[in-house]
Amino acid sequence: MRIIIYKGTKYLVLILWSAFVAGPFLWALSTSFKNDAAVVSGATYIPFVDFEPSLEGWRILFSADTEGVNIAGPYISSLIVTVVSSLVSLALGTLAAYGLSRFTFRAGPLGNKDIAFFFISQRIITPVVLAIPYFLLLKTFQLLDTHIGLILIYIAMLLPIVVWVMVDFFNNISTELDEAALVDGCTPLGAFYKIILPECTPGLVVTGLLCFIFAWNDFFFAFTLTFVDTQLLPVSIVALNSSKVPWWSLSSSSLVAIVPLVFLAIWLERYLTRGALLGALK
Amino acid sequence: MLESRYKYLFLLPGLFTLLAIIIFPLVFTFRLSFSSWDVVAPALDFIGFDNYVRVFHDMRFWESLATLGTVVLSVVSIEYIIGFGLALTLWQDIEKSRFFRVLFIIPMMSTPVIISVVWRTMFHESLGPINDLLAMLNLPTVPWLSKPTSALIAVMIVDVWQWTSFVFILLLAGLLSLPHEPYEAAAMDGANHFQTFWHVTFPMMAPISIGILIIRIIEASKIMETVYVLTSGGPGTSTETSAYYIFIRSLREFQIGYSSAMSIIYLLMMIVALTLIARGLTRVLVGKGG
Repeated sequence: MRIIIYKGTKYLVLILWSAFVAGPFLWALSTSFKNDAAVVSGATYIPFVDFEPSLEGWRILFSADTEGVNIAGPYISSLIVTVVSSLVSLALGTLAAYGLSRFTFRAGPLGNKDIAFFFISQRIITPVVLAIPYFLLLKTFQLLDTHIGLILIYIAMLLPIVVWVMVDFFNNISTELDEAALVDGCTPLGAFYKIILPECTPGLVVTGLLCFIFAWNDFFFAFTLTFVDTQLLPVSIVALNSSKVPWWSLSSSSLVAIVPLVFLAIWLERYLTRGALLGALK
Repeated sequence: MLESRYKYLFLLPGLFTLLAIIIFPLVFTFRLSFSSWDVVAPALDFIGFDNYVRVFHDMRFWESLATLGTVVLSVVSIEYIIGFGLALTLWQDIEKSRFFRVLFIIPMMSTPVIISVVWRTMFHESLGPINDLLAMLNLPTVPWLSKPTSALIAVMIVDVWQWTSFVFILLLAGLLSLPHEPYEAAAMDGANHFQTFWHVTFPMMAPISIGILIIRIIEASKIMETVYVLTSGGPGTSTETSAYYIFIRSLREFQIGYSSAMSIIYLLMMIVALTLIARGLTRVLVGKGG
């Protein structure tokens, strides 16, 4: 009897939380097939039963006319900015993390720990603090409203994450591997590239995914530093959230923006439950 | 021995890139905080500590800090409790629970600002599904976004929805990495479920818990986009967090000098608060159960 109650409670918890998690997505999915009539009369849920479905919300996404959203442009911009900033941060951050893990640096009273802390401490700074100076900085170099400008800002946002996670991965790999490679005649860069990097693929995957998520999900910097020529996905979707909200296109565009990350979730889950981030937490 | 003259090749590219992008904004914010720069006269003059004195007398700033404190403490504790509960639920039969694990981490990957837009339609008083479901269950409906208390709760619900996933997956990974021996010992001593949790699992999870809680407090204190989309700080200023108030003063009203002073004070307070919280957590979580 006790085991039944225990199992029952367990599944009840799982089902309730699943419903809570899935709720917004199911609501958005349903709403994306609605039209004006299906929205203004109160909440409706199931197409054909509660309301007559319409493809308006999806058609509008790709039409370029005045009331269209035309999501393709912002989508490509978001992809370019996210991928480039993630790759650059991954490259620079991994090198720096390896350096911090393997060598001793001294600058006056400051050592490795202080340099690592400098990287990580950047996460404490609230984005809004940086908005005005970033604006002026990019304006000086005529990079406002460009992909490159935003990529630079995202690199500053992502580098601390890469260094923080990767230092720990390198610390967990034996230095004997490096030494063996050096004895075999590799240069330090060669040893790093050929021997060490392949050893920490899980770390690189997790870190890369984290970079992608953070850059893809940023709204604030895109909102304050780009305007017309460069439009990222979150900004153009929130722009729909104005006076008269077209719920159907709002829902369809939200789903389109989030779905790629759902596929990443399947991948990320595998690495995270294997404890790929644990060391960095301690 | 690794050749040391190569070592700068590794560290310096990343370090210089970060310094080049971040140093100017930080130094410039500090400089701006002593100026009267605003939308009328963008001047880099020097007015001493006037801005700082003004912050000190600005009740709206301190109220936004109190709102932020309430939100952060509430959501992080709720996320930790639910996340730990879910992790414990899925921990034992990890083989069969892949579906739930993937589903439960999807919220943390969803663009916060976009999912807040969806939540805003769900909180709609007459057309949204939440009040509709409450009515179906014969519960009173709630004026979600138009009353101070319920608006604050709405902001918290969205945050809990989004970030419990993060706490959950890291705690689950932590549980999976625990050694078996202490559990065998506890079973030999005849400990029940609750005793095992309280005397074995929880103490062993303390270091990971502290890490997770600190990260969540840091990230939760930046909360702004949810507020921007869901309530715009309203009704009145009831859901205005510090970041949102600084945003209003700087990017809406262009009181650049003044908002810079607020930023500096805010950052200093965050650093002090985080140091104290980290010490406190270490004492509470590591200190117990010994």
